[in-house]
Amino acid sequence: MADKVLMKGNEAIAEAAIIAGCRHYFGYPITPQTEVAAYMAKKMPKIGGCFLQAESEIAAINMVYGVSSTGKRVMTSSSSPGISLKSEGLSYLAGADLPALIVNVQRGGPGLGGIQPSQSDYFQATRGGGHGDYHMIVLAPASVQEMAELTVKGFELADTYRMTSMILADGTMGQMMEPVSLDFDIKPVPEKPWATTGTKMEREHNIVNSLYLSPEKLEETNFERYEKYKYIEENEAMYEEYMVEDADIVVAAFGIAARVSKNAVNEARARGIKVGLIRPITLWPFPVAPFKKAAEHAKKFISVELSMGQMIEDVKLATDCKVPVTLCNRVGGMIPSPEQVLEAIVEADGGVK
Amino acid sequence: MSTKQFLFSGFGGQGILFSGKLLAYKGLIDEKQVSWLPSYGPEMRGGTASCSVIISDDPVGSPIVSKPDVLVAMNLPSLDKYEDAVVPGGIIFADSTLIERKVKRDDVTVYYVPATKLANDNGTPTLANIILMGKILNVLGNFDETSVRAALGKVISARHADMLEVNLKAMQLGADYE
Repeated sequence: MADKVLMKGNEAIAEAAIIAGCRHYFGYPITPQTEVAAYMAKKMPKIGGCFLQAESEIAAINMVYGVSSTGKRVMTSSSSPGISLKSEGLSYLAGADLPALIVNVQRGGPGLGGIQPSQSDYFQATRGGGHGDYHMIVLAPASVQEMAELTVKGFELADTYRMTSMILADGTMGQMMEPVSLDFDIKPVPEKPWATTGTKMEREHNIVNSLYLSPEKLEETNFERYEKYKYIEENEAMYEEYMVEDADIVVAAFGIAARVSKNAVNEARARGIKVGLIRPITLWPFPVAPFKKAAEHAKKFISVELSMGQMIEDVKLATDCKVPVTLCNRVGGMIPSPEQVLEAIVEADGGVK
Repeated sequence: MSTKQFLFSGFGGQGILFSGKLLAYKGLIDEKQVSWLPSYGPEMRGGTASCSVIISDDPVGSPIVSKPDVLVAMNLPSLDKYEDAVVPGGIIFADSTLIERKVKRDDVTVYYVPATKLANDNGTPTLANIILMGKILNVLGNFDETSVRAALGKVISARHADMLEVNLKAMQLGADYE
């Protein structure tokens, strides 16, 4: 335990990013993720890094584009309304095949919404967010330890696949403190022969761009990108299974909803109900395999979300709609209680016996 | 298996979040699983502030405390708001300087500590939360100076390191209060 420290989720992200070699952070303050920027503001100047509070979210994401073009690890963070502003940049990053880490500590929406926790940016994150055909790797931490671990993982995946990784957290994950170990084995950053680092008159110019006026060429790049996405879908899905093996009822939940659901699953098990939990850790790629497998024996699925029902669509797709899926949710900054989830489980089990 | 859920509540500025952090660090030092979750609304100063702390032998599930085993109420609105949420058989610690009424429940154990008055009399008006924490740890049978000192060392910033002994003394004051 001696090596563990108590940290807020937001701080854990910032420290893990620094450990992963990120020396460039651009952001604009917004609750509930401001601690990421505050931490970076304090630390970056001391380690020769760059912290810059941009004039807007749009400026920040384009600074990310610039630094990423040079091959350096770079990140930005925001919360829901700010991510909407960054969405144009996210599309451009995808179009130029640039790696970057984006953090979304979600709050209630739509619009300015509120500042309390939410998961209602699931569609925006998993379907890309901006215009055009593209994906981001979307990582959903459910503890402060995972906030740190998935930050490191996010940089590594981004560099490996030349694409954007997003940490999709929520206000609770950002604000809560838990013990965290920051003892990471950082893999070497892959070579980036495409980066614009200056030719030194020794090679051809590298060009980073998302504009293709030839439709044939643009179609080809889209096809190639989706080959890559297919590979990622087959190889990078992450999830946690909890008591799913013999389950009649399977709860699907990520992030804070999974934490709450685990309490309910334990309580329901104590009452003799065969219930389990599948917690997607990557939301894109969505972990289809465990859902397909569970659908062979489970009679009902419950999607627990802090949204009006977004992940539920992926649960239905993953199970080919073979098994009924119901929604158990709270929105607008409210969080389902373990009792509410338990009630949904009991109901799925056929009501109080 | 043992899990204790704490809810700290009071005015912003009373050190509610600090108290919770101190307890969480003590739990970490005692090799427990811990979580700490603050309210982070726009009510930081003057309004209500609260935080959820869970100390457990097992991994912590939901970090949100809605039915506390232990409620620490440092002002009347906090007691009004959370009194009914405490589990039967739970414990309420109330700063009786600021809370004039008695707890209505008869199925919980209540400790009234005039923490704000004790803090003022002691010449440390900002340490009412720490005095109350002394009482809490004493009641829970968890007051050993080594880990308390270590936990204080973690939550008091280096800039205020000289405050450690003052805090420890305040905590002892609360622990000794009958």
